[in-house]
Amino acid sequence: MNPILELHNLKKYYATQKAVDNISFSINKGSIFGLLGPNGAGKTTLLRMITGIFYPDSGSIRFDGKTFDPLNDIIKIGYMPEERGLYKKMKIGEQALYLAQLKGLSKSDAMEKIRYWFKRLEMESWWNKKVEDLSKGMSQKLQFVTTVLHEPKLIILDEPFSGLDPLNANLIKDEIYGLSQRGSTIIFSTHRMEQVEEICDHIVLMNLGQKILDGTVSEIKQQFKENKFGIKLNEVPGNINSPAFDIADQKANALTVKIKDGFRSNDVLQYFLQQNLTIESFNEILPSLNEIFINLVEGTNATTRAFQPVNAQ
Amino acid sequence: MNKTILIIQREYLTRVKNKRFVLTTILMPLLIVALIAGSTYLSIKGKDEHKIAVIDSNGFFKGNIKNSKEILFEFPESVDTSNYLNKGFTDIIVIPKFDGTEKTSYILRSKKRISIMTEEAIAERINTAIEDNMLQNAGIDKMQLDSIHSQSRFAELKAVEESESGGNAKESNAALSYGIGFGSGMLIYITMFIYGAMVMRGVMEEKTNRIAEVMVSSVKPFQLMSGKIIGIGAVGLTQFLMWIVLIIGLFTAAQAFIPHDVMEQVKNLQQANSQMPGGSMSVVKAGDAAQQIYKVQHTFSTANWPVIIGLFVFYFLGGYLFYAALFAAVGSVVNEDPQDAQSLMLPITMPIIFSFIIMTNAVQDPSTPIAVWASIIPFSSPMVMMARIAYGIPGTVPYWQLAASMLSLVGGFIFTTWLSGKIYRTGILMYGKKVSWKEMGKWAFRRN
Repeated sequence: MNPILELHNLKKYYATQKAVDNISFSINKGSIFGLLGPNGAGKTTLLRMITGIFYPDSGSIRFDGKTFDPLNDIIKIGYMPEERGLYKKMKIGEQALYLAQLKGLSKSDAMEKIRYWFKRLEMESWWNKKVEDLSKGMSQKLQFVTTVLHEPKLIILDEPFSGLDPLNANLIKDEIYGLSQRGSTIIFSTHRMEQVEEICDHIVLMNLGQKILDGTVSEIKQQFKENKFGIKLNEVPGNINSPAFDIADQKANALTVKIKDGFRSNDVLQYFLQQNLTIESFNEILPSLNEIFINLVEGTNATTRAFQPVNAQ
Repeated sequence: MNKTILIIQREYLTRVKNKRFVLTTILMPLLIVALIAGSTYLSIKGKDEHKIAVIDSNGFFKGNIKNSKEILFEFPESVDTSNYLNKGFTDIIVIPKFDGTEKTSYILRSKKRISIMTEEAIAERINTAIEDNMLQNAGIDKMQLDSIHSQSRFAELKAVEESESGGNAKESNAALSYGIGFGSGMLIYITMFIYGAMVMRGVMEEKTNRIAEVMVSSVKPFQLMSGKIIGIGAVGLTQFLMWIVLIIGLFTAAQAFIPHDVMEQVKNLQQANSQMPGGSMSVVKAGDAAQQIYKVQHTFSTANWPVIIGLFVFYFLGGYLFYAALFAAVGSVVNEDPQDAQSLMLPITMPIIFSFIIMTNAVQDPSTPIAVWASIIPFSSPMVMMARIAYGIPGTVPYWQLAASMLSLVGGFIFTTWLSGKIYRTGILMYGKKVSWKEMGKWAFRRN
């Protein structure tokens, strides 16, 4: 698979901090990519470089196999920033048309696509309403439509579900899948881990401007697994003593066991089988991304970084 | 389509389609005309009528003092300061006996306060009467005196400007030059504030609405800024154009109310004067009204309108572009707090106000060194140069000064736009932080 986006040693330093410090990774075409990190990790700065808003201090960006050229490639990118908004006094239809034309669509093309998307997301009756009359969720939907309207190759969504009710969040999620299936690559920036686990193929975790994790969700989970297994028995014996594992947790008949080094899951099963107990279920417990995230980020000064005094350096 | 053009289009159309724009554009000229007509009407009709009883111990005022509609002197018997109101007079003057060799004061008593104008008129009438009386005593009879009075008002000052090329001398009119200079300088002053603030508010709106980042992911910040500035400038020009059309329309409509025979006389006066430039007006028979209309028309025709209007458009646009860019830069660094905008605007509004003060002086005395320099430096040139241009090119404003002024204004707005573009680019994406002047300077002068 060809990468749509390759970042090589990107750096962007501000006077007081290293916002993006030597970051490299690549994103495959058609994948859904998660860019994770605590507040102030440098995600927005990185995305602004990918969208051509900022120039990197050093490093290079390759877009679709060629050196990234912000002026021309920008129309192949759709960016929904976290700090987003619309012209409040403009009518919704005009607003969508304006933003689509700015992305290089002709008026007739833009109209056609707006009609398609408005119909799809049940927004047809909104055309003559003003943005200031919309609820937060409604304007979020409009914002999403204006981001993807020009069928960009790369769609960047920064916290796309904030402010959406579960119904609309699902609607947008389905559209994201649909866009991905039709060949668009999606970068998804968030700190909501459960969404990432559900949606993303590939993630990168940033902290303090640096990349600290890179891989597919299952790879990362494997990497951080602690050899824990959940086992459910018909009854729990009073005294469990095995060289192969320790009991990490017990809730009624369900046990969480941690396998010691040099043993396998089979050793656990064997132990309970020998005791003539009925095993109702047995499964590996992988850490959630949330746990991995907290483990990696906690203890660094990530949370305080945003409030550092200006004269820190 | 070019993105900047799309932005200009949006900025222009959303404002021009706005009801408020239509209203102010139509109402403003009506308001101005109503203001002029109203104040003229009041100055004509608003005068108090005074019926003044004169207690004259000398006895020579009767028959010598001039009466008019507003001020009527009467010499009644048995009226004194205690009963003049009851006898139907509004004021009473008591003139003590004097022989005309020393200053005397007479006392004017009134029911209500009289205006300065009326006071002056009364004093002048009395003094004229005394003067006449002295002249008569010196041996000039009444007939001679009356004919001197009627003939001595014929002198009329006609200022003529020497042209440098030795061609025809041009008639000039200081009052008209003053009016045009002050009017156009004032107009530029007001519009600079109105449209500059409009640019600033537009930028602030984009920033606080959080649409700025959405926009700059599609267009360059510089395109966004210049599109807004040009769009709003076009709104300003549209407004001017509509005002000019409306004002011309209103005056044409007003002319329809002038009786036909008066217009005929005005035409005769025009013809007579074009055959005999500088000739006396009394050659052609014409009524008072026609003479007045002809005078106004003639005065207006002494100004070089195409040059003045052309330069006005140039200086309006140049001044607007110069300051609008700075206003945009301020708008981009302001956060939600409008108080910030106030303090950041100060360094921009100060030179504008200062230029206005220079302009009010330059319009009275267009050739002082400060007026000359202020009309060349781009900070103040739009207003000050307009004040000077009305006095004539190249008489008052030599060509080299005009060229220097225009070039430096063009250079000036290119510089402010470049400078503001750099501040704007960073400022528009900064939230929640108060930006200092030092930081803005850093953004403006760093590379890339």
